[in-house]
Amino acid sequence: MSENQSVRKWSRIFVASSIWVPIIAIILGLICGAIVMWIGGFNAWDAYSALFKKVFGSKYDIGETIRTITPLLFTGLSVGFAFRAGLFNIGADGQFIMGMTGATILGIKIDFLPWILHAPIAVLGGMIVGGLWGALAGYLKSSRGVNEVISCIMLNWIALYLSNYLIRTLVLKQGSQRSEEIQSSASMSIDWLSKAMDNARMDWGIVFGLICTSLFYIILWRTKQGYELRAVGFNPEAARFSGINVSKNMLKSMMISGMIAGLGGVFEVLGVFHYQVISAASSGYGFDGIAVALLGGNHPVGILLSSILFGVLTYGSAGMNFTAGVPTEIVRIVIGCVIFFVASQGLIQMLYKPFTARRDAKRKEAA
Amino acid sequence: MKKKSLKSAGMLLAVVTSLTMVLSGCGSKNNNNNGAASPSASAPASESASPSASPSDSGTGTTIDAKGMKIGMATDTGGVNDKSFNQQAWEALQKVANDTGAEAKYLESKKDSDYQPNLNSFVKNGYTLTWGIGFLFADAMKTIAEQNPDAKLALIDSSVDAPNVESVLFKENEGSYLVGIVAGLTTKTNKIGFVGGMELPVIKKFEVGFKAGVAAVNPNATVTSNYVGDFSKPDLGKLAAATLYDGGADIIFHAAGGSGNGVFTEAKDRLKSGNKVWVIGVDKDQSLEFGNEITLTSMMKKVDEAVTKVTLDTLSGNFKGGTVELGLKEGGVGLPVENPNVPKDVLDKVEEYKQKIISGEITVPTE
Repeated sequence: MSENQSVRKWSRIFVASSIWVPIIAIILGLICGAIVMWIGGFNAWDAYSALFKKVFGSKYDIGETIRTITPLLFTGLSVGFAFRAGLFNIGADGQFIMGMTGATILGIKIDFLPWILHAPIAVLGGMIVGGLWGALAGYLKSSRGVNEVISCIMLNWIALYLSNYLIRTLVLKQGSQRSEEIQSSASMSIDWLSKAMDNARMDWGIVFGLICTSLFYIILWRTKQGYELRAVGFNPEAARFSGINVSKNMLKSMMISGMIAGLGGVFEVLGVFHYQVISAASSGYGFDGIAVALLGGNHPVGILLSSILFGVLTYGSAGMNFTAGVPTEIVRIVIGCVIFFVASQGLIQMLYKPFTARRDAKRKEAA
Repeated sequence: MKKKSLKSAGMLLAVVTSLTMVLSGCGSKNNNNNGAASPSASAPASESASPSASPSDSGTGTTIDAKGMKIGMATDTGGVNDKSFNQQAWEALQKVANDTGAEAKYLESKKDSDYQPNLNSFVKNGYTLTWGIGFLFADAMKTIAEQNPDAKLALIDSSVDAPNVESVLFKENEGSYLVGIVAGLTTKTNKIGFVGGMELPVIKKFEVGFKAGVAAVNPNATVTSNYVGDFSKPDLGKLAAATLYDGGADIIFHAAGGSGNGVFTEAKDRLKSGNKVWVIGVDKDQSLEFGNEITLTSMMKKVDEAVTKVTLDTLSGNFKGGTVELGLKEGGVGLPVENPNVPKDVLDKVEEYKQKIISGEITVPTE
């Protein structure tokens, strides 16, 4: 019964009546941001139209917005997938980095294969490295009971420094802080589309992201394996009691989650940059992914929509600064307002509860 | 019952996530506001730099009417308030804008992937000149320069081989050589420390020049280097300094950006406990910010003047392109005018070596 209820709770987000919650949340967030800007002495209307102009204003900007959305979609799916199996994968960041590193090294070191073989090998290689990195945390959890949150946070740092070390020793471009360029046979950029989009950096990442989105759904809701994963997520004890191998499923879910995050990193290297920099801090895509997944209700369609929202806000915020002259600090507050309201759906539900209360009461009577 | 526990689990997740977001937000804030405790100090610092600046300051006096012209500047991930070159460059641009009536704007880059879109924002909006601050811009700058052959671009700390990019490099090794002479003649323990940010070619130039300067006047002194691995971690800078001071060093030269603030903190702590140690500052006259009790002298790198000069040249229609290297001869690097802690005979020695470098009698190594 309770399982049924929570399934309904999740799926309700996508039925017509409750689509209003996120929409109201976004509107409230925008209003709140507008008040902040108004207090700061800026024209909120100008700022918001600058935001949308920045995102949809030209072919170049549309392309770059898609480029911004892609890694968020991957890490969002990654975190969401693990959530479904009851695990909090805060380590998507590390898996993302390992995916990047795997793709970089394979993309540079293999120089004898044609495109048709090299690109898939680099993509798969990076994906597997990311998956193994996730599986490491999954293994610690399933075999030793190590809390995945703690091991993941630590593994993020290990991934960052390991990746820096590997790049420095294996593929460093002399006299700089980055790897050499990948072989052109490993590139996942779509050159003709980039040209058509005014030199925006277009790559196959978004296509793979959409494929992952549908796979996410198919695996979890249309296969036996997915049923087991979700059962473990709802109640590991009950799952064990009904004969499901819980630890194996935890390991699997972390591995798949890591593979998705790793793919995000792969396309960042093979599609966008074509090299990897040695950096002192991670790009933070993994952490953004947590917010994306939560906002999307851990549902593939929800995650797709919320990654678009995050991507638009992230890329468009530069326009608020650039065209409307709103200082970056205030832009960050506005973005924060929107995310806050969208994330606190309970608050919205509380606000509109009075309107639905009568209906609920009627239902109860009927029952 | 079950629903309730699910709900509270959800709440917990939300709290954890918002905490993560807040924490990571704080992290990046720190990057921007390193040592924000004394924001007032930065303004006088860069102002005092201008009177000392003689040869390259030529443009400031002349009046150019550049109404309607626009100058853009993209910061690296340090942000515009980094108390280092981004801030110096932006202050210089604001001054130019005030003097000439041109319009100046900046865009902060939050991630590596922002470099290209940020430069593009300026280029596509018809800016007269677009600055990329910091060597991290090299790759993005090259791409943008090739895609937009008509755009005028300028770059600090790295060199891009394109006719429409003016690259400004500094001979940090020459300035470091001079402070090396001060250190070599001042040390009592014959042990001197160097704290670097990251092992980049540009920081290596500081280290090598400094070592050569010390060796020139005091062959018995040893210089020990310690790299922090980050430009924005004062805590690690403090630790690195503590190690060197514990090892007997009585002077430390730092080229570590924000991390270097920790070197000053450590020196201050030691001074309080009655242990007299020195720090040699970097980029601007850091005695203005950290006091004369611990600041022996500073190796000034006049980013602001370079930005002013190139911008004014461009506004008056004399954009050149190509690479300029500013050394002692051009006044691009050097000691501050006021050095209350350095005795006259040492300063005479410094002047003597300065002339030798300018005349070409001494060539300071770079790596």
